[in-house]
Amino acid sequence: MATQQTQVLGRALLTPAVALLFIWMIVPLAMTIYFSTLHYSLLDSETWSFVGLENFRYFLTDPAFLTALQNTLVLVGSVLAITILLGTPLALLLDQQVIGRSIVRLMVIAPFFVMPTVSALVWKNLLMHPVSGLFAWLATLVGATPIDWFNDAPLLAVILIVAWQWLPFATLILLTALQSQDEEQKEAAEMDGASALSTFIYLTLPHLARPITVVILIETIFLLTVFAEIFVTTGGGPGLQTTNIAFLIYSQALIQYDVGNASAGGLVAVVIANIVAFFLVRIVGRNLEA
Amino acid sequence: MARKVTARRVWVSTAAAWLFGFLIFLPILWMVLTSFKTELDAFAMPPKFLLFHWTTENYATVQERSDYVHHALNSIIVAGGSTLIAMIIAIPAAWSMAFAPTKRTKDVLLWMLSTKMMPSVGVLVPIYLIFRDFGMLDTRAGLVMILCLGNLPIVIWMLFTYFKEIPRDILEAARMDGATIGRELIYVLTPMAVPGLASTLLLNFILAWNEAFWTLNLSTLDAAPLTVFIASYSSPEGLFWAKLSAASTLAIAPIIVLGWFTQRQLVRGLTFGAVK
Repeated sequence: MATQQTQVLGRALLTPAVALLFIWMIVPLAMTIYFSTLHYSLLDSETWSFVGLENFRYFLTDPAFLTALQNTLVLVGSVLAITILLGTPLALLLDQQVIGRSIVRLMVIAPFFVMPTVSALVWKNLLMHPVSGLFAWLATLVGATPIDWFNDAPLLAVILIVAWQWLPFATLILLTALQSQDEEQKEAAEMDGASALSTFIYLTLPHLARPITVVILIETIFLLTVFAEIFVTTGGGPGLQTTNIAFLIYSQALIQYDVGNASAGGLVAVVIANIVAFFLVRIVGRNLEA
Repeated sequence: MARKVTARRVWVSTAAAWLFGFLIFLPILWMVLTSFKTELDAFAMPPKFLLFHWTTENYATVQERSDYVHHALNSIIVAGGSTLIAMIIAIPAAWSMAFAPTKRTKDVLLWMLSTKMMPSVGVLVPIYLIFRDFGMLDTRAGLVMILCLGNLPIVIWMLFTYFKEIPRDILEAARMDGATIGRELIYVLTPMAVPGLASTLLLNFILAWNEAFWTLNLSTLDAAPLTVFIASYSSPEGLFWAKLSAASTLAIAPIIVLGWFTQRQLVRGLTFGAVK
């Protein structure tokens, strides 16, 4: 039981962090809300006027918003699917007896530590270049026409880059979870004559349900706001083909200087992220009590 | 306990695992190889795998451009500074929540977590305007501040989970022996907390080093870290693949090495203790 002295001290030690985070959360958010009700352009910063919810009406009915929303959902969904569908078998594989496992592990984890601008440019130039890229060479080897990734399938190209960055994260978390699985339970199942497949379906998969949920939630929060990869490869184009919500807001704010509209968009992004965060916080909270 | 596994199965898993690992690592490997080529060899079709004229001239070129050193220094200052300040603010807070918890501790922790969920782009406009009006655009101090605040919730969370694991009995014993809180902190807690502190420091340094939303939007030249420097290669003129590869290799090599040391803490730090 904490003494009164420690409680007072505890509160004093906690205050700076809480105060800073509170300011960090409230001030910009309040400003975003305020700006979102203004007609305010940085090009003409002398005149600004209150327009109520006009910016939201404009942002939400802008065809660019629907395109960006669709691109965001495709990007998040595809990367989640790729990282989990590849990450699960990869984690299962690394959980087996493998000679030199620690080295394989290092190779698998490495992409996560590569800064986004580097991965994006290396993929765009060295791998996906339609003439001199490694993929183009592989395509000609099998007699196919090389794909001009960033013209013919730009969103897919971005998806592949981002999936490569996040595959290690999914794999590592699932592997960590697998290693905490009860070995004796699996042995008992095997002794009872359970096939490898049914052991997987009835023991391993339920054990992985929670880590997979956590991977989905955390990846979603980061993937909703993918930015650098788009910024250095496509700049949102061609047209709007690779513009996601984050990039749309960025271009409205810092390219078109439309503060009001970008703020309304920012709040839409906050709401979308909060829906995901709500579920994640609940899962983490449940774990805190255990 | 290891189960009996046939030799054949080990070989099959080994081959499959190495193949997958190699494929995932290939882009990095290819980048490193390209960094040792001449610009002409870097473009060669079919690609040259090992039999090319190996050269370190790209590294020399990149180093000679004084700006590389400048941006690398910015990365070190911004990532290091923001991590250190976050640690200084977070250690007391995490200590307090782990060792003097109140009824509200859980709510405070979850609230801190939720601040991390706020998408940066949602507050891009006000932060940009504040930075502009206070002359903080393209300053190291501005980047240090913003990355520090951005990572603070993760730092507090990681430290909290580590502090939680320190056995309370030892503290009780120290208190019985009449140790004051100050002595308890210095002689009992600190030695046991060092591994947790070190891995928190490392992981957050990596996260700050690779941060590429605020750095791209709030810095252009003076304070620009390596993320921004590399991004400047996206609109180049002439042959540049080998130089891009050399600059990239230099930018990521130290971090990959640090990252390999922290792979276990990565899971803890990024899942907020939801997966152990």
